[in-house]
Amino acid sequence: MQGNTEIPILKVLDPGPMTTVQDLGRIGYQALGVPVSGALDQISAMLANWLVGNWAGEALLEATFMGPKLEAMEDLWISVTGARAIITLNGREIEGSQPIRVKPGDILWIKRALKGLRVYVAVRGGIAVPRVMGSYCTYVQARLGGIQGRALIKGDTLMAKQNNKDWAGPKEMYFPYDLVSDFEPELTLRAIPGPQDYHFRNSIELFYSSTFKVSSKADRMGYRLEGPLIPKDLDAPQSIISEPSMPGSIQVPPDGNPIILLVEQTVGGYSKIATLIWQDVSRIAQARPGDEVRFERIELTKAHHLYKETWKRLNDLRERLGAPSHRPR
Amino acid sequence: MGLYEEPILRFAGDRGLLVELGDEIAPQINKEVRILNLLIQRSNIQGVVETIPTYRSILVYYDPLEIDVKELCLIIKKLALQKQEIDLTEPKLVEIPVCYGGELGPDIEFVAQYHNLAVEDVIRLHSEPLYQIYMMGFTPGFPFLGGLPEILETPRLPTPRLQVPAGSVGIAARQTGIYPITSPGGWNLIGRTPIRLFFPEREEPFLYRPGDLIKFRPISLEEFRDIHAREYGDSDP
Repeated sequence: MQGNTEIPILKVLDPGPMTTVQDLGRIGYQALGVPVSGALDQISAMLANWLVGNWAGEALLEATFMGPKLEAMEDLWISVTGARAIITLNGREIEGSQPIRVKPGDILWIKRALKGLRVYVAVRGGIAVPRVMGSYCTYVQARLGGIQGRALIKGDTLMAKQNNKDWAGPKEMYFPYDLVSDFEPELTLRAIPGPQDYHFRNSIELFYSSTFKVSSKADRMGYRLEGPLIPKDLDAPQSIISEPSMPGSIQVPPDGNPIILLVEQTVGGYSKIATLIWQDVSRIAQARPGDEVRFERIELTKAHHLYKETWKRLNDLRERLGAPSHRPR
Repeated sequence: MGLYEEPILRFAGDRGLLVELGDEIAPQINKEVRILNLLIQRSNIQGVVETIPTYRSILVYYDPLEIDVKELCLIIKKLALQKQEIDLTEPKLVEIPVCYGGELGPDIEFVAQYHNLAVEDVIRLHSEPLYQIYMMGFTPGFPFLGGLPEILETPRLPTPRLQVPAGSVGIAARQTGIYPITSPGGWNLIGRTPIRLFFPEREEPFLYRPGDLIKFRPISLEEFRDIHAREYGDSDP
């Protein structure tokens, strides 16, 4: 045992267009205007960590569309989840959603996502980056967290907190494909009405019966949709007094094109017609520009029932994989 | 309408409860927001993850695995009834030196012209009041300040700038604020502070919190350069 000495584990040969270190978010600073950030597809990120025996909130990589090309500098366990992607190890195609054993000199390449948009790469033991305001996650706009607050660049060396190469692998191998997005280009997203659904009494039926298209304005802040315009009621105000938003809030600006807000936003001044359930924030984050989106109205009681059901399955899975439930030590 | 008799609770998804206390931007409503927020925090309610107080509402993030939303609603309604019984601690007064006009405040001429004022009047009127931080958001540490003299009320820019330098002080409608980090922005920029506002490595990452008071102190360009060099090393503003 080397204790907590950091060791170099991966060399970045090609970073991909936007690969950052993430975790489950920076909790507790939104009152000061610091967005939660973190992995967009939280379910895939947790699964990646659990597959290599980490706790859910360990630091891992989030790649966008094209992934990084990484050279191993140690014996390592790695997992790749999220978008269905072409993954190669030393040029040979391999399957994701499982722990992968790599040796020094091995080259792991997430060539390109085929279905879905965001790929997660976790390393047994976690990537070592400083904890900034309680989190490892990168918030590029404020140059916060991750590797110097930025996306990976060619030549970066990723460190590990400790080498866990002696890990025996998961207790039992199992991957819950039905819990992650199906990455189909037509998505039905479950949304709870509110907080300002009463500004859309005349257009709410249109909202729930229409098909929207994900526009090219889709990033970690939010996804702008295109489709039938959703007008506000004539007696509703143009904007509201700025108030908090959350990942999954669906705001409708005066132009009538809904925007699904994601993790890099804390407050906003537009009415929100509905809010996605937690599980479907992970699914919309995997959608690509051009994909089609519909909304299904769901009541809060039902949403909470589904939430508990999903978490029961996630926790069962975590136990089967033998991953810890909390941050170790 | 102003302050509601009792808070209106609205669902913000499956993990958020929006607690609305009034329907306007007003010192009294914002004070009630901060009092109720403090009460919620002090109650250490099992399952409450984070609270975000803003002008007139609080978003309470909760974990549905740990608390039933109906119970959470009851607790918050009860706390709202107690809110008259506590006093907020004295707000901190934070002085922010600002170099007004010139390249650092490229819109000050427009603001002056818009109101038929001299630039000096804009500086005097903007730096006189004690502003209160109603909320923080938009970017990390961006304070939305209440108390801008009505005579300085100026519409926001027709097209936002893609890059507003860190430290810029702006006006939009009846609000004034400071950009702590470089970001896009649509406010009229009237000056810039040379001091650093964001310290991610500190326990208190910003120089101020919601509820604190801000006083702007006009400084010369020379003083701006001196302070800037001290705060940031020798790198250019």
